[in-house]
Amino acid sequence: MSTVTTGPARARARRAPWRAVGAGHAFVAGYVILLVAFGVVPVGYGIYFAFTNADNYFAGFSNFVQSAQDFRYVPALEHIGLYLVIWLVALVILVTGLALVLHQLPVRRLSGLVRFVYYIPGALAGAASVLVWLFMLDPTVSPASSFLRLLGYSTFGNVIAPGHLAILFAIIAFWTGAGGWIVVMYGALNNIPHDIMEAARIDGAGAWRIARYIQIPMLRKWIVYMVILAFATGAQLFVEPQLVSEASLGVAGRDYSPNQLAYDFAFQNNNVNSAAAISVELLVICLVVAAVFVTRSRFFDAN
Amino acid sequence: MRTDTHVPIRDGATAPPSARPRRATYPSRAASQVLAGLLLLVFVVFFILPVIWLLLAATKTDAQLVHDNPLSFGSWHQLRVNWDELTGFQGDAILLWLRNSAVYAFLALAITLAVSIPAGYAMAMMEFRGRRALLIITLVVMLMPATTLVVPLFLEINEVHLVGSLWSVVLPFSFYPFGVYLTYIYFSTALPRDLLAAARIDGCTEFGAFRRIALPLAAPIVALVGFFSFVANWTNYFLPYVMLPQSGQYPVQVGIGLLLTDVPQFNPTAAGGTVLRPELALATLLGITPVLLVFLFAQRYLVSGLLAGATKE
Repeated sequence: MSTVTTGPARARARRAPWRAVGAGHAFVAGYVILLVAFGVVPVGYGIYFAFTNADNYFAGFSNFVQSAQDFRYVPALEHIGLYLVIWLVALVILVTGLALVLHQLPVRRLSGLVRFVYYIPGALAGAASVLVWLFMLDPTVSPASSFLRLLGYSTFGNVIAPGHLAILFAIIAFWTGAGGWIVVMYGALNNIPHDIMEAARIDGAGAWRIARYIQIPMLRKWIVYMVILAFATGAQLFVEPQLVSEASLGVAGRDYSPNQLAYDFAFQNNNVNSAAAISVELLVICLVVAAVFVTRSRFFDAN
Repeated sequence: MRTDTHVPIRDGATAPPSARPRRATYPSRAASQVLAGLLLLVFVVFFILPVIWLLLAATKTDAQLVHDNPLSFGSWHQLRVNWDELTGFQGDAILLWLRNSAVYAFLALAITLAVSIPAGYAMAMMEFRGRRALLIITLVVMLMPATTLVVPLFLEINEVHLVGSLWSVVLPFSFYPFGVYLTYIYFSTALPRDLLAAARIDGCTEFGAFRRIALPLAAPIVALVGFFSFVANWTNYFLPYVMLPQSGQYPVQVGIGLLLTDVPQFNPTAAGGTVLRPELALATLLGITPVLLVFLFAQRYLVSGLLAGATKE
C-alpha cells in the first residue's frame, strides 16, 4: 500500500506516456486514505486480535480453538452452510431462468414493467425486509395465510421453527436481492450479438436450445460474479437472524449465524479475541471462495 | 417442463430440414409461452404482494389487520391515528431516526463521490506508480464481506475514541471500493484517451483536464455510484447497530428494530408493549420511502447504466 503514496517513481516516469505521475497520486490520495483506514487497518486489526490474548500477548491459534470449541460454533457454521446452499442454488437457477424468460417476452414494455416490479423489493433491503417477512410469515395477518395453513402452520411459532430458518432467510434474501440481478442478467442477454441468435434460430434451434447452448454460456461470467457477491453477502448474514430472534422469543437463537456469534463474543462475553478469530475465518473463507471462482472461471481474463 | 414442449424441434433437427418441424413447433411454442407467462406472473405476485400488503397495513387497526381481508384498505383516518401513535413513541423518535439516516447517508455519499470519482478517473486515465496494485487491492476489498470487518472496525474506532460519534458511521460508509471500481470501468471505456492527450498538449493541467473534460462527462457515473452508495448506506444495519450505543443516534433501520421489540405480538415479554403492528408497518414504510423514491426516479437511468456496465465488463 505504501508504494501508492510514496516514492518519486522516476524510472516509471520516463516510460509513462503522460506527465501524470505526481498528479495521479493526488487524485487517488483521498481514496487511499479511506482504503487504509477502513479496509487495510481493520483487516490488520482483526488479524492482530485473532492471534493475541486479552493481555496483548501472542496467543497462536488458541482464539480459533477456543471459539471453535464453543457449543454454538459448529451449529452456526452448519446453519450458514445450509442457508448458502439454498440461497445460491435458488439464486442461480431462478435469476437465470427468469431473465431468459423475460428476454423472450415479445412485448418490450411489458418486460420492462415486470423487471421493475421484481426490482422494487430491493428498496426494502436490511431490517425493512425482515419486518415485512415477519408479517408475511405470521398466519394471523399474512396475505398468504391460507397457503401457510395449507402447509400445516397455524401460528407464527410453527412457521419459524428452527428447521425452517435457512429456507426462510433464503426467501427473504431472494425477495430483496434477486430483482437487481435479474436486471443485470437481462442486460447481459441484450448484449449477446443478434447475428448469433439469428443464426441459431435459422438452424432450427428453439428457445430451450438457444438458452442452453448460447445464452447460458455467454452469461457465465455474470453468473460467477453474482455467485461471488451473493456468497459474500450470504456468509455475513446478521440482521435477518438477529431480528427474527428478537421477534420470536428465542425460537431462533441469538447465535444462528457466525456473524452473530462474533457479535456475542465481542459484546456479550467481552471476548474480542475470539470474535476477531471468527471474523478472520469468515474473511478467509470468502476470499478463498472468491479466488476459486475467479480463477476457475477465468473471470478477469477478458480485458 | 420446457424441454418437453420443445421435443419436436429436437426431432426436426435430425430430420432433413423441411417445413414440417417448423409447423410442429407452433403448438409447443404457444404452450411454453403460457408456461412462461405463468412463471413470470407467479413471481410478480411473490415480489409485489408483500409491498402492497405493507402499504395497506399502515391504514388499518390491529384488529382489522387480523380479521379483514389482508388486501383491503383500512381508512385514511386510521392512517392518521397510526401516524400519531407512531410519532408518539419516545417523542418523535421515528422522525429523529429518519433525520439521522439522512445525515449519515448524505454525508457519506458526499465523501464517497468526492473521493471515488477522482480516484477511479486517475486509475483509468493516468499513469502513476502503484496504479496496478491499487486496482488489485480495490478488487480484493470489493469481494471482502464488509460485515465481517465490523467487529475489527469497532475495535479500531474505539481505539481512537470515536465510538458513538457521527463519524464512526459516516467514515466507514464513505469507503466504497465498488464505487471506485465502477468509475474506473466507466472512464476507461467512455472517455477516449486521445481527448485527454490533446488537452494536455494544449497546455491543460491534469486537474484542468479532469475538471473540463472528465467531470462534464461524469454525470451518469456520479448518478450510478451515488445511487448504490446511498442505498447501501441507508439500508446498513450492522455497523450503526454496533457503533451507536444511544437510541437517539439510531438510523431508521436500527430504530425499527427497536420498535419491533416493543410489539407484543412479536415479543410477549414486552407485555406493556406500546407499539401496534400497523404502526410498525407504517414505520417500515417510512423507513424505506427515501430509497423507494430514489428507485422510482433512478430506474430508467439505472438500468441503462447497468447495461452500459454490462457491455464494458
